[in-house]
Amino acid sequence: MKTESRLIRGARLLDPCTGLDAVTDLAIDRGRILAVGELPAGFTPTEVIDGQGCCLCPGFIETSFQGHTPGSGRDGSLASELRAAAAGGFTSVLLRPDTSPVADTPGVIREQQAEAAAAGLIRVLPCGALTPGLRGRELSEMAALLEAGAVAFGQAQRSIEDTQLLRLALSYAADFDRTVLLHPEDARLAADGVMDEGPLSLRLGLGGRPRLAEDIGLYRDLQVARLAGARVHFPTLSSAAAAEQIDAAQAAGQAVTAGVSIHHLLLTSQDIGTFNTHVKILPPLRDARQQEALRQARARGTLSVLSAQHEPWGPDHRGSTMTAAPFGIAAIEYLLPLALNLVRAGLLSMLQLVQRLTTGPAAALGLPLPSLAPGSVADLCLFDPEQPWEASANGWSVGDNHPYRHWELRGAVRLTLRDGRIVHRREP
Amino acid sequence: MTGLRFGDGNPQYDRQGRLRHLLSIEGLREIDLLQILDTAESFLGIAQRAIKKTPTLRGRTLVNLFFENSTRTRSTFELAAKRLSADVLNIAASQSSATKGESLLDTVDNLMAMQVDGFIVRHPEAGAAHLLARHLGDRALVVNAGDGQHAHPTQALLDVFTIRRLAGPVEQQVVCILGDLLHSRVARALIHALSILGCPEIRVLGPRTLVPPEFASLGVQVHHDPRDALPGASVVYALRLQRERMESHRLPSLDEFHRRFGLTPERLALAAPGALVLHPGPINRGVEIGSAVVDGPQSVILAQVEHGLAVRMAVLSLLAGVGGHED
Repeated sequence: MKTESRLIRGARLLDPCTGLDAVTDLAIDRGRILAVGELPAGFTPTEVIDGQGCCLCPGFIETSFQGHTPGSGRDGSLASELRAAAAGGFTSVLLRPDTSPVADTPGVIREQQAEAAAAGLIRVLPCGALTPGLRGRELSEMAALLEAGAVAFGQAQRSIEDTQLLRLALSYAADFDRTVLLHPEDARLAADGVMDEGPLSLRLGLGGRPRLAEDIGLYRDLQVARLAGARVHFPTLSSAAAAEQIDAAQAAGQAVTAGVSIHHLLLTSQDIGTFNTHVKILPPLRDARQQEALRQARARGTLSVLSAQHEPWGPDHRGSTMTAAPFGIAAIEYLLPLALNLVRAGLLSMLQLVQRLTTGPAAALGLPLPSLAPGSVADLCLFDPEQPWEASANGWSVGDNHPYRHWELRGAVRLTLRDGRIVHRREP
Repeated sequence: MTGLRFGDGNPQYDRQGRLRHLLSIEGLREIDLLQILDTAESFLGIAQRAIKKTPTLRGRTLVNLFFENSTRTRSTFELAAKRLSADVLNIAASQSSATKGESLLDTVDNLMAMQVDGFIVRHPEAGAAHLLARHLGDRALVVNAGDGQHAHPTQALLDVFTIRRLAGPVEQQVVCILGDLLHSRVARALIHALSILGCPEIRVLGPRTLVPPEFASLGVQVHHDPRDALPGASVVYALRLQRERMESHRLPSLDEFHRRFGLTPERLALAAPGALVLHPGPINRGVEIGSAVVDGPQSVILAQVEHGLAVRMAVLSLLAGVGGHED
């Protein structure tokens, strides 16, 4: 088999690991980055790609990805959803453990890896359930899950109500030096609310989920994690007070990271309008004041991860009422143009945006930091930051549950490479 | 099924700005609200005649689609449709089979295949009527007969109709609504209707667990003591207190609720002389309201029911009279 080698000419290289931000050439050979700038004599690529006007950076890493594998198939599976992620410029995704059945046994972890290998697209990083069934009543067999290939432990969108069990789970997990992903929420206070508690939930007669549930849950989780000596990550926070707590914990030297979803930065609870189920998400969208605080925390770097929080739901869920509709938005393939809005709004530099999508999540998960330096794995994303387009009625994801259908999108992923191999290509 | 469109303004109105569906009082133009009330006045007279039918909706078929129990609302809608000469199909779907929105739209699609002209829908989940209206668009009319804790527009219409008729102009009333506001679609709808018609003072009364301070965002005064809320009120509206509220720990007991807030003759005496007493029914005698008040001279609870029929006739005739439903 002929070895693939590629030369990407004239793109703006963005390497958050080294701080490189310059227009130059990049050569790829045998799945790794061969050279940046000056090419070795005698290098004859099998393909030359014109990168003028485009940005080239490490492939994006997602920390909250519902792949529905194992699952019923009605809402997509790794085959469809990894394709959507590749189209979004992602080269690695951490799989949420709230699959059906839950990822609490080695068999499920192996199934996820086998499905991903069969899809042959991007990398999957399985995340084992911290507690069996995510019920928060016992400890999972963490060593067995790691042996099977899990890279982290998590609770998806379920908090552990029993604080003693949380303490024990975090202590036990700390032995393995892996990140534990938690959903900070006081479950009883959150009750069965379907949106932010506030004037709009009152008007619509919908159950509210108070912001306070997140603030209290986060306080408890942070304190318990510190006591247990566990490294924790909160994938998607939604409130100003939560971001402040992360600020303070980091300043005190605690091993904690946190992220925010693009949805919480671009939308507010007002977008629910008259029962728009496409913006039903957990944690719920908050008001404009919370959104502004999150944007600032994102800019400061407190929230070091930007997440697509990908949760696809298939056509069988269409036509549900707000109460019956599942939580989640599926928009990973539109993440880049949506996120570029933050750059255009002056909240982030282009390099900072790339950082929150690459080295930020890698550091949070304890993975090697991706880079464009020669020798690095050629997991790359080439994107045109200006190309206008519109989300089509049929994207790659099986889920059409997103509110961005009529948005004007600016910026498109041209190429996604994994190990130097093209897994997504979009013609200009 | 085509994709549902969200965020397209107010789904009650069509592109020409005509009222197509009645989903909630919120977002209703004052002129439309007044037109319904004025039309209801004319229908009130018909009920007094020996022959109570008009041919307005002859040849039309309306479906009473009730996913929740109802006596008053369902029967007055049925009678309203029949007096307008429409054919009426009554469907009482069990609540248990209706927890999924899909089954709602599937039910409706099946009925649409039978060429019906409109739906009067009651559903335990907020937004169900909006969902139906978005799904049907111009194909059939939708009247919301109560969706979860969200809205109950015809109840509010009959309430303001009653106030206007028996107490006088809404602009001159001080209205006190007491009881479980939090879970009440009736209260939400009434507050919006009173606001649109220029009611200068709307007070809400109940314990904080059932009347949270956030109600102030609807432009009402929030009270937790009848001695503050009742003086000067020209209309006192008692809401039905549901027994489920005890299980969710929002109240220690029904007796305690009655002790603090129940509308007794003594409490009613705090309100303006001759203040009207309204209640949407069904009544819990001895809980939110005492029998002496229910059966007393200030109570207009049965007039509300009579007015409900006229108001529902007005709503159906106006909505069905909009083009597009015509043929």
